Amino acid sequence: MENPREVEMKTVSCPEGLEVVWEKPDTLTGNRMHYCPGCAHGVLHRILMEVIGEMDIQDKTVGVAPVGCSVFAYNYMNVDMQQAAHGRAAAVATGIKRMLPDRFVFSYQGDGDLAAIGTAETIHAASRGENILVLFINNGIYGMTGGQMAPTTLVGMKTSTTPEGREISTQGFPFNITQLIAMLPGAYYVTRQSVHTPGAVRKTKKAIRKALQHQKDGKGYCLIEVVSNCPSGWKMTPVVSNEWMEENMFPHYPLGDMKVDGVLQQVKGN
Amino acid sequence: MSRTAIAPGGGKKSALRLMKGNEALAEAAIRAGCRGYFGYPITPQSEILEYLSDEGRKRGMTVIQVESELAAINMVYGGAGAGARVMTSSSSPGISLMQEGLSYIACAELPCLVVNVNRGGPGLGTIQPAQGDYFQATKGGGHGDYHLIVLAPASVQEMADMVYLGFDLADTYRNPVLILADGALGQMMEKVEFPEYHPADHVPPKPWATTGKPKERERNILTSLHIQPEKMEKVNRSLQKKYGEICAREVRYQLVLPEEAEILVVAYGLSARICHKAVELARAKGIKVALLRPITLYPFPYDVLRRMRTSLRGTLVVEMNAGQMVEDVRLGIEGAVPVNSFGRMGGIIPSPEEVLGQIVKMSHDGDGARTGDGHHDSILEETR
Repeated sequence: MENPREVEMKTVSCPEGLEVVWEKPDTLTGNRMHYCPGCAHGVLHRILMEVIGEMDIQDKTVGVAPVGCSVFAYNYMNVDMQQAAHGRAAAVATGIKRMLPDRFVFSYQGDGDLAAIGTAETIHAASRGENILVLFINNGIYGMTGGQMAPTTLVGMKTSTTPEGREISTQGFPFNITQLIAMLPGAYYVTRQSVHTPGAVRKTKKAIRKALQHQKDGKGYCLIEVVSNCPSGWKMTPVVSNEWMEENMFPHYPLGDMKVDGVLQQVKGN
Repeated sequence: MSRTAIAPGGGKKSALRLMKGNEALAEAAIRAGCRGYFGYPITPQSEILEYLSDEGRKRGMTVIQVESELAAINMVYGGAGAGARVMTSSSSPGISLMQEGLSYIACAELPCLVVNVNRGGPGLGTIQPAQGDYFQATKGGGHGDYHLIVLAPASVQEMADMVYLGFDLADTYRNPVLILADGALGQMMEKVEFPEYHPADHVPPKPWATTGKPKERERNILTSLHIQPEKMEKVNRSLQKKYGEICAREVRYQLVLPEEAEILVVAYGLSARICHKAVELARAKGIKVALLRPITLYPFPYDVLRRMRTSLRGTLVVEMNAGQMVEDVRLGIEGAVPVNSFGRMGGIIPSPEEVLGQIVKMSHDGDGARTGDGHHDSILEETR
């Protein structure tokens, strides 16, 4: 049986009289994505690859996929990629970038990967000022393993391992790792964005372009956190999950630039 | 019949230098075209990190003192995947931390060099030399079915020579290579010379490396994830086929004084140096004893044991551990003659006289089968 994950999307020619308003960029493979309906990964994959196409750096880009829902990122991103052990993406990206300093190197990681098991690698890559881009999807939950508590899970948020809601006394506080990284002298550009509205998508795309330009200019470590929903893990419809995210995630993880050109910013939030 | 080829042949050699094993290994890494070294300080191998941080950087090597051995082995993953010759080194506890990464590297088939300057364990153990990591080194070490190619130096010269051999084997088979030394080999000073070696003549093209996808080729993906069982089994079969080829082609060993040998001492690394002396002392007493020194611990020279076992009365396996390689010797001897084990642990190095004592006892007993059932702990017990 054909693996549905490897089914190619069909290319159709534009019927006469109609105008092309949407095209798959060459930097995406066309493999059908395995992400759940309403998930932010697909949008972020697409705008990341759009920027790489627009900057014409496909042949100079090497990506690192994590362990988590985006473990298969290399099935969709049409660039050279390495798949890293859980949490080690920043170390793998460091190894690549140090051996190939003129290439664009990014890692793409979730909250469990980046802020739990990979905390040391994440923080030390930033502290060394590695000239890489780290994309951080924060949806406050372990999606791939079935919805367990993540380091970024909000207080009171129900997951399969916090059935009564996250309780500070036994499960600790949500880990605002991006704020911590912004304070490191090695971090040059740190921003927190989302992709749940067209406006938010445009802002995130702009941030990606900015970060890759910084990498080209040798400015150093850039981190883009994308606060995201997880309809399946949160057990909500895509629409409701986005509303819940705005009401609950954004106050704790306010959007905006946290560090620009190496200078800490006052995050106003939404 | 000894297959001892270790150093690159031909060419001019450098002037003789007096160096520590760790320093000689580090110098050879620079000469072997190693472009990236990632390491964390740990005794008794920190000289490798220190030497490369100075001399390596001056000669163009990228050296990162990392936050942990986890980071080190994963930088090796990234750097090797980018097509560069890269390496890391550590000692026993640090090597334990690298096992996850090594499993990923083995599955993704990334060529790289890892050095373990073995110290006494388990746990934090001692900083003194030991061979207690034999099982971990030769049987995989991390999760899943895989093997590292394992080289066992027995001198400062070999600490250097095995770096070139290690990188060449890694590149030939797209497989991680481990140099399994010990604290004494790392710390002791001996004379060493460096052969002429031009990396460009040795490093093959790496079309699989992730260097950026040109328009004309498909993207390169380096992964150890094969979620469909059929695909995962296929990957496993392909790895096993490669290990078979390595076993067929790359066994290296040294036979010392094999003439009319009735007793065979088997030892590697520093133990083999000690046993060499013990065998010479025993021969002077008229005892017909030989030494087999496995140079590659994986692949292991089982065939030599199979060929020799019919003419032997017994074997003595000498290790700086509780008896680990003795299990591989048993696999080669297949019950034909008794296999005895003599080991010191905790950082204690056996003396040639101690080993000689064991050889003499075996020679008096006729076959060395001191417990009658081939149980290997008997001699060990007596030594305590």
